[in-house]
Amino acid sequence: MESRKTQIWVGIFVVLGVLALSFIALRAASGNTATSGETYTLYAKFDNIGSLKERSPVKVGGVVVGRVSNISLSGEYYEPKVEMKISAEYDQFSETSSLSVLTSGLLGEQYLGLQPGFIDDTVGMLEDGDSISDTKSALVLEQLIGQFLFSQGND
Amino acid sequence: MIEWLRKVGADVIDNLAGIGYALAMLTGAIIGRPTPKKSFPLFVHQLYVLGVLSLLIIIVSGLFIGMVLGLQGYTILVDYGAEQSLGPMVALSLLRELGPVVTGLLFAGRAGSALTAEIGLMRATEQLSSLEMMAVDPLRRVVAPRFWAGFFSMPLLALIFSAVGIYGGYLVGSGWLGVDEGAFWSVMQSSVDWYDDLLNGIIKSIVFAFVVTWIALYKGYTATPTSAGISSATTSTVVTASLTILGLDFILTALMFGG
Repeated sequence: MESRKTQIWVGIFVVLGVLALSFIALRAASGNTATSGETYTLYAKFDNIGSLKERSPVKVGGVVVGRVSNISLSGEYYEPKVEMKISAEYDQFSETSSLSVLTSGLLGEQYLGLQPGFIDDTVGMLEDGDSISDTKSALVLEQLIGQFLFSQGND
Repeated sequence: MIEWLRKVGADVIDNLAGIGYALAMLTGAIIGRPTPKKSFPLFVHQLYVLGVLSLLIIIVSGLFIGMVLGLQGYTILVDYGAEQSLGPMVALSLLRELGPVVTGLLFAGRAGSALTAEIGLMRATEQLSSLEMMAVDPLRRVVAPRFWAGFFSMPLLALIFSAVGIYGGYLVGSGWLGVDEGAFWSVMQSSVDWYDDLLNGIIKSIVFAFVVTWIALYKGYTATPTSAGISSATTSTVVTASLTILGLDFILTALMFGG
């Protein structure tokens, strides 16, 4: 009987451990949910990306549609070039779409805001490997303050 | 001068011999023809002694540490209007650091000391020698099941600790202090990563399990067979295991998250 009780308790212990793992895995952690499944790649060049990082989200109106997958310098002027993976579910962005580096809240993380462009017969759709040319750089707080002080000095 | 040099030399030789003996003990215990029929019941029994009996202290301390994290984190974060970040703060500190480390320390105190005392007493009362007389290898019969049970149960305990701690942080943060429940979980989900945080935490706890169990068994196996010897071996298990855990934790953290 003693050994049977032991076995039951050990069973409870192991089940508890597995439950804890699945609780953490499902409730607390996540893989890249926004970019699991099919994705396609877009590129964009910026003047300044601020503190954008790999895995930063790409959002349309606040909804995550993809993530930044790579950041590098490119071209002879060393412009920052951002590679992002967009979920294949959202594949109807026109070529006139624009991208800007935005900040969530005053102190929050930076993300890419994608503003879908207008659609008519003369503009095509963005496809895998295309670049978005209409981009707005990050607001750099120091530059803003500098401009503000400079304009104050003119009065 | 010569005497001092001799002492240094003797210390080094003693320490090296100790490490060598510990390695020999471990390989003797875990390498060999597996005998599942004989050793599995022993393993299950040790799992009960080491794992199940540690459950209560792990769950209670996990709950309280999670609740304290929630409380402290909230009072700091609310100053910056960032109380939504309470979830990731609690989850990351538990999964990355506190889960494996505190579980390791508690495990060393709760189960490691018991292992050392048990095996030390077996040595003092010459039970180990009698096993050898009966042609039973004490390494395989006594040490191996305890080693595997410790190695297996501590990562599970660390997971339970983290899960209970996160729930404790949720209770305090969301239930008492009024952090939005949806924000708590969703912000946590978006900043806790499967590989970076969960897997690295599990690897840490596996390493600590190995080290703590090994130290406890070695100290017990080589304890001086007197009551004073067993008492000092038990103390030394807790001290050595705790220091090793803290030191290793720094190295592992630097390797995993530092680069």
